[in-house]
Amino acid sequence: MKDLRVTRLRSDLVRRNLWAIPLFVLLSACDGLGPSAPAETEVLAGPLPGMSGPQLALHIRGDEEFGRVFGVADGLGPIFVAESCERCHVGDGKGHPVFNLTRFGRLTSTGFDPMRSAGGPQVQNRAILNHRGEVVPASATGAAGFTAPAVTGLGFLEAVDDATLLALEDPTDSDGDGISGRVQLVDAAGVVSEVIDLERFLDGAGDRLRIDGRLIGRFGKKASAISLLHQTANAYREDMGITSDLLPVDPINFAVGGFATDGVPDPEVSSDAVQAVVFYLRTLRAPVRREADAPEVVAGERLFIDIGCAKCHLPSLTAGSSTIAAIDRVTFHPYTDLLLHDMGPELDDGYTEGRAVTSEWRTAPLWGIGLAAVSQGGTGFFLHDGRATSLEQAIDLHGGEAASSRLRFRGLSAEDQRRLVTFLRSL
Amino acid sequence: MRRLVAICVSFLGVSAVTLLAQDTTMVQGGIYQRPFIVESGRTAVGGYFEANTTWSRTEGVNEGPSTDLRRFNIFLFSTLGPRLQFTSELEFEEGGEEVRVETALLDYRLHPALVIRAGVLLPPIGAFNVNHDGPRYEFVERPLVSTEIIPATLAEAGFGVHGRFGARAWSFSYDTYLTNGLNSGILLNEAGRTRLADGKGISLFEDDENGSPAFSARIATRHRSVGEIGLSHYRGIYNVFRLEGEQVDEKRWVSLTAVDLERRVGPIEVRGEVAFARIDLPSDLREIQGDRQWGFYLDAVTTVWRPRIRGLTDPHLRVGVRLERVDFNQGQFSTTGRKRFDERNAASVALSFRPVPETVFRLNYRVERFRDLQGNPAERTSTIQAGVATYF
Repeated sequence: MKDLRVTRLRSDLVRRNLWAIPLFVLLSACDGLGPSAPAETEVLAGPLPGMSGPQLALHIRGDEEFGRVFGVADGLGPIFVAESCERCHVGDGKGHPVFNLTRFGRLTSTGFDPMRSAGGPQVQNRAILNHRGEVVPASATGAAGFTAPAVTGLGFLEAVDDATLLALEDPTDSDGDGISGRVQLVDAAGVVSEVIDLERFLDGAGDRLRIDGRLIGRFGKKASAISLLHQTANAYREDMGITSDLLPVDPINFAVGGFATDGVPDPEVSSDAVQAVVFYLRTLRAPVRREADAPEVVAGERLFIDIGCAKCHLPSLTAGSSTIAAIDRVTFHPYTDLLLHDMGPELDDGYTEGRAVTSEWRTAPLWGIGLAAVSQGGTGFFLHDGRATSLEQAIDLHGGEAASSRLRFRGLSAEDQRRLVTFLRSL
Repeated sequence: MRRLVAICVSFLGVSAVTLLAQDTTMVQGGIYQRPFIVESGRTAVGGYFEANTTWSRTEGVNEGPSTDLRRFNIFLFSTLGPRLQFTSELEFEEGGEEVRVETALLDYRLHPALVIRAGVLLPPIGAFNVNHDGPRYEFVERPLVSTEIIPATLAEAGFGVHGRFGARAWSFSYDTYLTNGLNSGILLNEAGRTRLADGKGISLFEDDENGSPAFSARIATRHRSVGEIGLSHYRGIYNVFRLEGEQVDEKRWVSLTAVDLERRVGPIEVRGEVAFARIDLPSDLREIQGDRQWGFYLDAVTTVWRPRIRGLTDPHLRVGVRLERVDFNQGQFSTTGRKRFDERNAASVALSFRPVPETVFRLNYRVERFRDLQGNPAERTSTIQAGVATYF
């Protein structure tokens, strides 16, 4: 009898508490046990299609290096802007203004002086302990902020032949349309010549086109980097204070003394890692459009062309030959001509690079602009320094060669303005 | 004044007698409340180990299941005399890749209210830093606040005093220590944020690299049937501000304040901790590294079934829920005026089976949302973990 009571009591106990097991299963089932991957139209990151296994493995290794956070023990600094590539290019997208670069210089009677003896042209505004971050020297006549761009699709832009860019030039506005783009030219000295040698060895690249002994630039807000390797080596040193084989000396804060030591032997990143990052950038897919065929979007694109935006933000370019099948001679849609254009006093910060005048900027690729807010904390920060927080505001700040297009945009009905912006958001 | 001293002495004397029949407080007694420790013989050996299998998926990507022997710890305990005890803990983490002395301390009990402690000790910042043995918990992962804000397990070389007193059901305890303190690894590390756990290091057991000891203290009250609540604080200089006698930088301090709680509400055991960290950073690093952090965790665990199994005296099946949050970077961006994020929020459910009280088989399901510094859409991770932890 006693055993029966005990058994019943135990059964009651079990019945009373068995709710916990389905509860556990139910909670476990929430979220489908694991979150699914976001749709490819909602993110920028992702490899090119059709890559081989070894190419994918290198791409993933490059992704890891791109996300690697450098600490003091790894050689960060002694002065720097950010601790990793990913800090500025979150999810391979546009950066947040907190990680804006600042560059400065002085306009003289002989041209623009990047003030290298004062730590120019880039400010490294942060420092490791026992060092001091830089500030813009009082003697600078101009300084500009640079918001990090999205890095997707860069392999396509790199693969465009120099000859194609030269064919797009119209420096004297011979067709009289008010647009006079020109290529940036970069001195083939110093690190640039080392980059050329290395690329010739790595990629079997032929001789680059030279104009007056100089090379065509295409990356950066002023198009002052000739290739992804050039841009990447510069970014390691100038943005993170990480030395490489190509740039083996840390940045110096001349305001506190002519030394560049962070206690870590140089180079601080291997050439293997740099090459992996370059390959990663080269093999990121182009941004995928959203609702490209929607009537509103199609109408917006027509307006974009009609009011002249597409003269600089060229919808299509064609890549030259490439060892990567998905890029090789492919026509793609970056909405840029990679040329320098005068943007007028609205965007003239008194700073420049190469042969560009201070109001000239390289046409920003618009692909991926619809996902800007996804990497910028929910708000898009547009133009070279993120000064515009809406696409309408960004358009309104276009002057110089773009002034006539801005005027025509202002003349559109509110409905048409909305269509054009909807088209931009689909990119 | 003499009268006050006399009253205090009398109170302590009465309290000590009462305490002889009481449980020790949760945190202070933590290192002695381990099953291997018995009063026979001079030295006892014991330990615990934890092994887990983890299957995790982040935004649709998973690398398949992974199994690891996370910890294998060996305790050595020795009674050197009626008032003198030595205890130590040697920890093998990540399958033996990391080996360190987690505890090696001597307690000299002058009185229950005054015990001198010296050696490599666990500063009592919150309760978890002292009571962190895996077999005590139904959850595989340690709480985020206790590892990412409070850098558990924080073991430092130093000395201090602790004691407890009280009468009847209530008891009170205190701990206060001076230790070497955290180092400058807390910032500009590979975590990409201020992380106190990266300020720990082997140097904790060697010379203090800045010659400025850190202070830690905890006061707590415990009711025999209600539970314990503690308030703790830690403060120290973390940077090297002086080299060869020359001042090379200003002193920069780190402080931690924590409240811990353990109590029983009916059949449910509730345990939790909230902690706030303040780190004195150069102005150019505050926004991107984080100079103010906080977090909490709250566990609720109950026994749902005590089956009769031949050969086992008190097996039981337990379920638990944990909620937790850590904010690594409080404040706003000066550039945009918007909130800085860098937050992790997680919820876990646990199902565990204890064939004996010192051994636990655990099955956990955990969801976590991570928002980066800029506040971009959260990265979602779900994790299923199965594991075992046992004292031996």
